[in-house]
Amino acid sequence: MTPPAPAPRDPLSEALAAAEEGQRLSPTQALALLGSAELLDLGRLAHGARLRHNPEPVVTYAVDRNINFTNVCTAGCRFCAFFRPPGHEEGYVLERAELARKIQETLDLGGTQILIQGGLHPEIGVEAICDTFRFIKENFPIHIHGLSPPEVVHMARLDGLSLAEALDRLMAAGLGSIPGGGAEILSERVRGLVAPGKCTADEWLQVMRLAHGKGLMTTATMMFGSVETPAERIEHLTRLRGLQDESLAKGRGRFTAFIPWSFQPDHTALAHTPPATAVDYLRMLAVSRLFLDNFAHLQASWVTQGAKIAQVALTFGADDLGSTMIEENVVAAAGVSFRLPREELVRLAEDMGFVAQQRDTFYRPVAGQA
Amino acid sequence: MPPVAPQAKPDCPGFARPAALPPLKLDPRLISDPALGPVAAKLAAGQRLELADGLALMNSRDLLGLGSLAHAARLAKNGRRAFYVVNRHINYSNVCSNQCAFCAFWRQEGDAGAYLLSPAQAAELAAQEPGLPISELHIVGSCHPQVPLSYYLELLSALSQARPQAALKAFTPVEIDHLAHKSGLSPAQVLDLLQAAGLGAMPGGGAEVFSPRVRARLCPEKTSGSRWLAISGLAHARGIPTNATMLYGHIETPAERVEHLLALREQQDKSHGFSAFIPLAYHPHNTKLGGASHTSGLDDLRVIASARLLLDNFDHIKAYWVMLGPKLAQVALNFGADDLDGTIVEERITHEAGATTAKGLTEEALRSMISTAGFRPVRRDSFYNSLEQQ
Repeated sequence: MTPPAPAPRDPLSEALAAAEEGQRLSPTQALALLGSAELLDLGRLAHGARLRHNPEPVVTYAVDRNINFTNVCTAGCRFCAFFRPPGHEEGYVLERAELARKIQETLDLGGTQILIQGGLHPEIGVEAICDTFRFIKENFPIHIHGLSPPEVVHMARLDGLSLAEALDRLMAAGLGSIPGGGAEILSERVRGLVAPGKCTADEWLQVMRLAHGKGLMTTATMMFGSVETPAERIEHLTRLRGLQDESLAKGRGRFTAFIPWSFQPDHTALAHTPPATAVDYLRMLAVSRLFLDNFAHLQASWVTQGAKIAQVALTFGADDLGSTMIEENVVAAAGVSFRLPREELVRLAEDMGFVAQQRDTFYRPVAGQA
Repeated sequence: MPPVAPQAKPDCPGFARPAALPPLKLDPRLISDPALGPVAAKLAAGQRLELADGLALMNSRDLLGLGSLAHAARLAKNGRRAFYVVNRHINYSNVCSNQCAFCAFWRQEGDAGAYLLSPAQAAELAAQEPGLPISELHIVGSCHPQVPLSYYLELLSALSQARPQAALKAFTPVEIDHLAHKSGLSPAQVLDLLQAAGLGAMPGGGAEVFSPRVRARLCPEKTSGSRWLAISGLAHARGIPTNATMLYGHIETPAERVEHLLALREQQDKSHGFSAFIPLAYHPHNTKLGGASHTSGLDDLRVIASARLLLDNFDHIKAYWVMLGPKLAQVALNFGADDLDGTIVEERITHEAGATTAKGLTEEALRSMISTAGFRPVRRDSFYNSLEQQ
């Protein structure tokens, strides 16, 4: 008779023990935590990991503005309420004067960056957007946190450039960093269902890989709560962690932060999908903090969760409140309109016992701001 | 004001003393605020918390520590059950002689928007959506200067005819006191008449914060804290369960909050009839008191958790989604709350003060909020009997 196999330890206990010891989690362990750990245990472990990365009791935020240079987009994503197809009467491309006015207002409010994004416009390629970037840099001392991998892929294709050539030109024109939008869920099955017109997961990662190689900082996002499975959420995190390992080894650019948010269904083609709940959000945030052991910063999404849950998120792994977003159009189009002025962001961090600190795109403190 | 005579009926059913909190199993790793240490030690030993413990809780910023203590108490009281009720609110009038500074709902007679529903109009509202299995009508209005006691009796009988399956949870102790004052009867006599007309339970509004200092600023015309408690006790003596509330997030101090909760606990020790405690987050818009900010997520969860721990003789703590927002109410299920209130259908009072939540939620949405938070949904009636199919 063969001796009985040792009783396998249950997956949750094993995952909790690994997280407790600060070990790198396997996808299976992350899945066990996401599915079955107690909410408050996730908070404790994630806050512990947050303090390992950022030991000071400081919560950072940026002052910036989202500028959407166009809402015309050929991608037709089913989760999006912002886009208009080419030829639609509500489609727009921002005039230079309007762009300049928005940037000046941002500077006047102590802003350090603009997040400039649009859609996959059939006539705006690399050269066209480079003109815009040059116009901005020639006229304003402001950082351009711009585009997203699907836009870079689209613009390169439109102008017949390789991704590397496109990035070189964009950087030369003033692009300072790339926000991690358009990642949605980095799984081809999910993208096929919700964003078939957008770049593939591999292309998204390739843009970021090349950008990091050229010394650009970028962020990474995840939009969860549409049609994906828990395993696909963890697959998303696994791919991000793998690329971050590569980029850190090269020692040039990297992901500065991870920003998970939940899909907002109103006015989209997926309006029948029940939105992810606050508890789901906090669980996902905490597991992300634990699994993405090579990311320094996690942002709380007050835009999708509201001030109250964003504040609670500060003990579930988040160390940053994103930005004041003087203007936000995309989530607002999906029926969510949380608005937080700077004083409110500061108040909610301080209420929790943290020091609120304005930062720039690279997470450096902005001088003169407490 | 005449004193509230303690005249319980000798044959009244009364209420059994609710179970106290057993010694709690706590995970010390979840507590990082040293001030919570002595509180945790008392809870682990099954000892009752006192004012100093309440202050430690009410001043703590250790969200996970507060949550872990309260969650252990919640599991001991209610396991993983989370309750909700299919209900409808009916606000019969907004004409009010109290004119509290924190309230955006009241109007003076003759003001634009002032209204008084006739019993027939109220019954019509109650009868809407006949397919909705409403088991409770929540009936709250105002201290109307003109309306006689007979109106309230007619209102109850019209509503019970319109919705015979629904319990009538009607009139706060403040309204009862107002009716007594108007009619020249004692509060006990008013309760007897209302009970005979169909009153089955009472909501817990009007408690605000019991501190005379706070009441002088917020609601000088309103029934005092001691009368509010005494009238609740009279209802309990008649077998009428009631709720208890606290309006927080305005000018009250942490000590005044804790004293309020301890006064409720003391009353519950005597009369046992409070079903649930419901913290109410102050909404500043359109009120005389004003103020810029809403309560924070931390403060909302801290009040829920502190209440769960201090009110060891209350079975239920409610996270009222209208005031907290559905997101925070769901999270509160992990911070001591075990009830989300209900479908409501048409909330008016908080929305006058700038609430941005929906005016009602579907039963499906409530069940989904509960189960995705990891709890077992239990549809209940007004008396916390389960209405789940076995």
